[in-house]
Amino acid sequence: MARYIARRLLLAIPVLFGASFLIFAMVFALPGDPIRALAGERALPAAVQAQLNEEYNLNDPLLVQYGKYVAGLAQGDLGEDFRGRPVSDILEQTVPVTVKLSLVALAFEAVFGLIAGVLAGIRQKSFFDSLVLVTTTLVVSIPVFVLGFVAQYVLGLKLGIFPIAGVASGFSGYLLPGFVLAALSLAYVARLTRTALVENLRNDYVRTAKAKGLSPMSVVGKHTLRNSLIPVVTFLGADLGALLSGAVVTEGIFNIPGLGRAVFQAIQNQEGTVVVGIVTLFVFVYILFNLLVDVLYAALDPRIRYE
Amino acid sequence: MTSSLTHPQVSGGPTGSALLEVDDLHVEFRTDYGVVNAVNGISYTLSAGETLAILGESGCGKSVSAQTIMGILDSPPGFVTGGEIRYQGRDLLQMSAKEQRDIRGEEISIVFQDALSSLNPVFTVGMQIGEMFRRHRGYSRGDAKKAAVELMDRVRIPSAKERVGDYPHQFSGGMRQRVMIAMAIALDPAILIADEPTTALDVTVQAQIMDLLGELQRDTGMGLILITHDLAVVGEIADRIAVMYAGRIVETGATDAVFGAPAMPYTQGLMASIARVDQKGQRLNPIVGAPPNLAALPTGCPFHPRCPRATPRCPTELPLLREVVPGRRAACHYAEEVLGV
Ligand SMILES: Nc1ncnc2c1ncn2[C@@H]1O[C@H](COP(=O)(O)OP(=O)(O)O)[C@@H](O)[C@H]1O
Ligand SMILES: [Mg+2]
Repeated sequence: MARYIARRLLLAIPVLFGASFLIFAMVFALPGDPIRALAGERALPAAVQAQLNEEYNLNDPLLVQYGKYVAGLAQGDLGEDFRGRPVSDILEQTVPVTVKLSLVALAFEAVFGLIAGVLAGIRQKSFFDSLVLVTTTLVVSIPVFVLGFVAQYVLGLKLGIFPIAGVASGFSGYLLPGFVLAALSLAYVARLTRTALVENLRNDYVRTAKAKGLSPMSVVGKHTLRNSLIPVVTFLGADLGALLSGAVVTEGIFNIPGLGRAVFQAIQNQEGTVVVGIVTLFVFVYILFNLLVDVLYAALDPRIRYE
Repeated sequence: MTSSLTHPQVSGGPTGSALLEVDDLHVEFRTDYGVVNAVNGISYTLSAGETLAILGESGCGKSVSAQTIMGILDSPPGFVTGGEIRYQGRDLLQMSAKEQRDIRGEEISIVFQDALSSLNPVFTVGMQIGEMFRRHRGYSRGDAKKAAVELMDRVRIPSAKERVGDYPHQFSGGMRQRVMIAMAIALDPAILIADEPTTALDVTVQAQIMDLLGELQRDTGMGLILITHDLAVVGEIADRIAVMYAGRIVETGATDAVFGAPAMPYTQGLMASIARVDQKGQRLNPIVGAPPNLAALPTGCPFHPRCPRATPRCPTELPLLREVVPGRRAACHYAEEVLGV
C-alpha cells in the first residue's frame, strides 16, 4: 500500500509540470497587454513599460518564460503579481478561506446527501422518496449562480438569517455560500446513495443479516451502507474539481476572499504567475484527493488491494 | 459448548408437543405482473432432534416457506396471507418485531444455498460469526472473536486462529459454507433450516458439508429442516420427507416408507428424475412439462397437466392432503391405487 501511494505521488510530478505548462501557455496566448491594462486609461511612459516587461519576462518566448518560472519554483519562489505581491502571500491568505468553504460544502454534501439518500432508499416510493427525487431534479437543473443569487436575496437580504457577503463575521459567513457550493453535488450524493442502497438491500447478505436477528438499524447502517458508500466516495473524489470551479462562481457571488475569487481576478488581469500558481495547486489537490479516494476504496472494500 | 444436549427431546406429532408447527401457511407475492401464490396452505411439524427433508422442483415455494419461518421474507412484495407458525406453542407471526428478532439466530437459524453471496464481502468472517454473540449475548469484541475461533474449529476450518480475520472471498466454497454453518449454529439454536446448503458446491465437498450438518445435529439435538435435491443424502439423514409442488405439500411420511413406495404420482416422478449417487449411470426420467405458473394456477390438482394418471376428476377437484395409511399423507385422489394398498 505504501509503495502504491509513493508511486502515485511520483506520477503526480509529470502531471503537475504538464498542467502548469498548459496553463502557462493559455495565459500567454491571451490577447492584450497586461501591463498596459494595469495602468488603465493613462498610457505608461515607454521606459516604464519596457522595464516592467523586462522585470516580468514578458518579452521572452513562451518556453523561456516557462523555464524561468520553473527555475524560480525549484527555489521555492512562486513568483509575484504585477503589484509585487508574492504569489505565496496570496496563497497564504486565500487558501485557508477556500479550504474552510470547501470543507463546509463537503460536510453539507456528505451529511445531508447521505441522510436524504438513505431515508429515501429505505422507504422506497414513500412521500419522502418522491420529495428527494423532485428536489434533487430541481437543484440539478438550476445553474449555480442562479441558486446563489436567489439564496443570497431570500435568506440573506430578505430574511436576514445569514450574512449577505464576505466572511468578516466568521464562520456563519461560510454557511450560505457553502450550501450553495454544495447544492449540486448534494443532490447527486443523495441520488447515488439512494440507488446504491436500494440495489444493495437486494443482496443475499442483507437477508443473512436479518436472519441473525439484527435490528433494521444494523441491517441498513452496518451491513448495507458500507457497500453503498463505494460509489458515493468515488463521486465525491471526482467531484472535487467541480467544487473548486464552483468556488470561483460562489466566491464571486458572496464576495469571499478565497482562491476562486483570486484566480478569477488574476485571469482578468492576465496575471500569469498567479493563475499558474493557483491552478497548479488545484491540480495538485485534485490528484491528492483521487489518491485518497483509492485508499478509501481499499478501506471500504477488502476485495480491492493495491500492490 | 460442544455436544451438549441443550434442547429436550420432544416427541413429535399433531398434539402440539412439537417444537415447530407450521399450520396452513399462505404466502403471496404482489408483483407488477400479478399475484404469485408461492405458498398455498402448507402444514408440517418438526420435533427436536428430528430431520425433515423438503423436496420439490425449483420454484415450488421451498425457500419462500423457509424464509417465512425465519421472518425474513422480502416484504413487499411478499405477504403472509394466512396460517400460523408456532414455535414452542407461540405463533411467531403474532409476536412483536423485537420478539421475533430475539428468536432469529438464537432459537431458529438458517443456512443459505450460496455462501459467497450470503456473507457480507466487506467484513471478516470472524466479525460475521462473532456478531451473533454480540447481538444476542452482549459479548465484547474480543470475546466474540474468541468464540468465533472456537466455532470455526468446531466446523473444522483449518487454522481457525489465523483465518478469523480473513474475508469471505479468501475462502474456498466449502470453507465459506462452513463459515455460514458456524454462524447458524453459534448460539445452539433449537431449529436449523438448511436451504440447499450444498447445491452451489463441488460434489466432493457436498458430502463433507452434509456429514458436518448431520454430526452437528446429533451433537446438539436440534431439529433440522433440510431443503435439498440430493435423494441419497435424504435417505441417509432424514427422518421424514415433505414433498412440495406448486406451493403445497403433496406428500409426507417417514423417509423409508416414501422412498419405498410413493403415494403420489409427482413423488414417483421426482424419485425417477433426480440422480441418486448410489444409482450412477441409470437413465434419468424427467417429469414431462414444467411446474405451473404460480400466478395462474391450474384448476383442481395443480399437477394434473403433467400427471400420467390424471382423470376427468383431477382438473375439477383439488385433492387435499389426507392420511392414506397411518403416518403417510398424500394429496392425490388416487393415492391408494398409486401406493397399491
Ligand atoms: N422476491 C420475490 N418476488 C416475487 N416472486 C418471488 C420472490 N421470491 C420468490 N418468488 C416466487 O415464489 C415462488 C417460489 O420460490 P422459491 O420458494 O424460491 O422456490 P424454491 O422451491 O425453488 O426454493 C417462485 O415462483 C418465485 O418466482
Ligand atoms: Mg430455493
